[in-house]
Amino acid sequence: MSSNATAVTLHKCAKTFEDGTRALDPVDLAVEGGETVVLLGPSGCGKTTLLRIVAGLENPDKSGEVWFNNDDVTELPIEKRNVGMVFQSYALFPNMTVAENVAYGLRVRRMSKPEIEARVLEMLKMMRITELSNRNIDQLSGGQRQRVALARAIAVRPRVLLLDEPLTALDALLRERLRVEIDSLLRSLAITSIYVTHDQAEAMALGDRIVVMSKGKIVQTGSPREIYNTPKNSFVADFIGTVNRIPFAMINGIGSPKGHDLVFRPEDAEIVEKSSGQFNGKVVNSFFLGDRIRLIVDCGTSEHITIESFQRDVIEEGDEISIRVHQDRFLEIN
Amino acid sequence: MIRREYPRYFLLILPAALIFTTFFFVPMTRLAVVGATGDEGAASYLSIIQTPRHFESMVATVLLSIGVTAFALVISTIAGLFLVRNRFRGSETLVSLLTFPLAFPGVVIGFMIILLAGRQGLIGGISNYLIGYKVVLAYSMWGLFLGYLYFSIPRVILTIMASAEKLDPALEEAARSLGASSWEVIVDVILPALKPGLIASGAICFATSMGAFGTAFTLATNIDVLPMTIYTEFTLNANIAGAASLSIILGIITWVALLLARSLSGSTVAASG
Amino acid sequence: MRRPKIFYGQLFFTLVVCAFLIVPAILSALAGVTENFFVGLKSGFTFRWIIEVWELYSETIYLSLLIAVFCLIINLFIGVPAAYSLARIGGRTARIVEEMIVLPVAIPGLAIALALIIMYGGFRDFRISWSFILVGHVLYTLPFMVRSVLAVLTSTNFKILEEGAASLGAPFWHRFIYVVLPNAKPGILAGSLMVITLSVGEFNLTWMLHTPMTKTLPVGLADSYASMRLEVASAYTLVFFVMIVPLLIAMQLLAKSQRQPKKLIQDEDAH
Repeated sequence: MSSNATAVTLHKCAKTFEDGTRALDPVDLAVEGGETVVLLGPSGCGKTTLLRIVAGLENPDKSGEVWFNNDDVTELPIEKRNVGMVFQSYALFPNMTVAENVAYGLRVRRMSKPEIEARVLEMLKMMRITELSNRNIDQLSGGQRQRVALARAIAVRPRVLLLDEPLTALDALLRERLRVEIDSLLRSLAITSIYVTHDQAEAMALGDRIVVMSKGKIVQTGSPREIYNTPKNSFVADFIGTVNRIPFAMINGIGSPKGHDLVFRPEDAEIVEKSSGQFNGKVVNSFFLGDRIRLIVDCGTSEHITIESFQRDVIEEGDEISIRVHQDRFLEIN
Repeated sequence: MIRREYPRYFLLILPAALIFTTFFFVPMTRLAVVGATGDEGAASYLSIIQTPRHFESMVATVLLSIGVTAFALVISTIAGLFLVRNRFRGSETLVSLLTFPLAFPGVVIGFMIILLAGRQGLIGGISNYLIGYKVVLAYSMWGLFLGYLYFSIPRVILTIMASAEKLDPALEEAARSLGASSWEVIVDVILPALKPGLIASGAICFATSMGAFGTAFTLATNIDVLPMTIYTEFTLNANIAGAASLSIILGIITWVALLLARSLSGSTVAASG
Repeated sequence: MRRPKIFYGQLFFTLVVCAFLIVPAILSALAGVTENFFVGLKSGFTFRWIIEVWELYSETIYLSLLIAVFCLIINLFIGVPAAYSLARIGGRTARIVEEMIVLPVAIPGLAIALALIIMYGGFRDFRISWSFILVGHVLYTLPFMVRSVLAVLTSTNFKILEEGAASLGAPFWHRFIYVVLPNAKPGILAGSLMVITLSVGEFNLTWMLHTPMTKTLPVGLADSYASMRLEVASAYTLVFFVMIVPLLIAMQLLAKSQRQPKKLIQDEDAH
């Protein structure tokens, strides 16, 4: 974590739009300098609104404050905040070439021509798109546009980098590849970044910290590991990865200590002999995934449970199996 | 496309085709031919350059049309952009009011200008009150200019607003995030995006102004625009060939201008004035 | 959001432009119902000018309406099938035909009227009847009806709808009346309003084509501007406004209802 990077602090920021929609309840958020924070949640949870408040594209409701280090930037419009923003639709200027797009922020800052050229070249090299320098925007693929958008945002050496679902418009394979690139880019730049997404795999891969949001509120903040292993409530547990639930009454033997339902992740279940099982079920569907099998099991609960097993046994539809979950792998949630 | 259906489509379009051939293509061809009759034959098409009166009329019309187009574009861009980007109570009413004169025929617009700037007009009354001198514009080139502006602004503003609505707001936000001021956003992002719409509506404006008749007719200026020249040649001078050749030339000019507009935007708004 | 100075500057500018366009219209409307324009409203409110207009020009109003209605009927019977044909044929042929249909709009009305007079002016009965004017109006308005219907047809996938109906056994006329026409309705409606508005207000063509026996409203207006006192001319213009404004409002409302995007039904995010 770089010490001269910008820390972003939000204090009691809420947002109600003119038509009455309450997009954000008052939230507090502290992002350390150099950290990558991911705002994660379903559509309408307020994550984009929060990002736009940090950017300066929206003003928080009265008494909300936005601080960059020790500067109160709440009243500053976006053009004065020196942030870098990457949009979901990339928002590349169609009347300019790639190089001109990347140079735009530098031109606005009245840098000298040689300086601009040098910086643009540096950015293009960093994003490995030097050969696209004179291309028109409409000749680029989605992945290429994404890189140009990043280059443009970083070129001005912003204090904070803000990314609004930058990978959502790309196909799955490209998304995975770019995710890795963006991750290494953010680490190498050591720049404070706030990243918005609804894809939990993306959030887990990129974030130093994840902020899970729902209906305008922050539900839980923590590292990917914390969020995954100790979700605060069923919303978070359900949103990140898959979660199974077995009512207490159906469990023989050791159950959850507090007498709650048994809540666990698919990979924490083990297929065992009938005698050592905590509960039984019948396999409804069996998927061989190469390194593991995924089983959908009917245990008599309202929803089937999902088990992932690395055991090499051949288990097929219709088989009756017994399942056991380790004591320390229960999730403790309401 | 199933081949046996062709005859059916042909039949469906036949009535329209017949009407067009009988009442448009044939007469227009005849007009072109007539334009070449008369004392000089086909050379009368060059009368537009050779006859001083015709030439002056042509120049006056072209200059007026270009001037009106330029002003209409600037005025409509400022007002149109403002209305698209700022929604406030009453903004929709303003839009309706601004596009309301679209259906006015040129004669009515001429009358509007007389009411505004004629001998008993509003501007004359106000100026008389303020500086003791009655400003009468209506019957001069200024009156004509105002009249042409009157029917041009609604058309141009509609096209510009339609273009502006299609602008991606993210582009503007991106420019601002890179530090661009409002002015830089307009020059670097918005105007380039509006360019096709501006050219298209400019071409429509030019074509409409070139062919406008009713407005000049009502304002009865002693400045002759080309349509008025055609009219006087036909009715007062019985110079059918001259009127015909001028009409054909005028028609070609307006048609080419509108072709340009269509190729850039894909639609044309009513041309009447 | 803060309202910067430039907002008020632009607002002022827009209001001035608006005033330029609207104030004369209001003046004209007022003058039409004032005893004496030069004295102003103090001279009193009166209907006498409107009554005078009616006595002098009522035939023009009737004729304009008559021509507009016939123009619409012809447009519906000729233009709608033509638009359908073009939508079906598609490709370059359709575009070329469309360009040709649009020609009467591109070429000044004066020129077209001149051509018609030169060609058919000799047929006396035709020349002095109102159908001579009607011909000009049809030429001028047909492109708008065709374009309006064509636009709607090309944006909805009516071909698939028609194929669906055909697969269920419907013959052509049945499909046309029960499938194509209902789907083209917004375009037909918008086109119809446009046709009527344009026909009622048409001057450039009509002025050349008219005779003292066949005067339409705009022709009458030109007459009154030249020879009548201001109040009568204003009252006459007011009558014109009263006819035109409802049509304009209807068109704007129609356009607004077209612009409301249909809401997509979204699945709840499943998590």
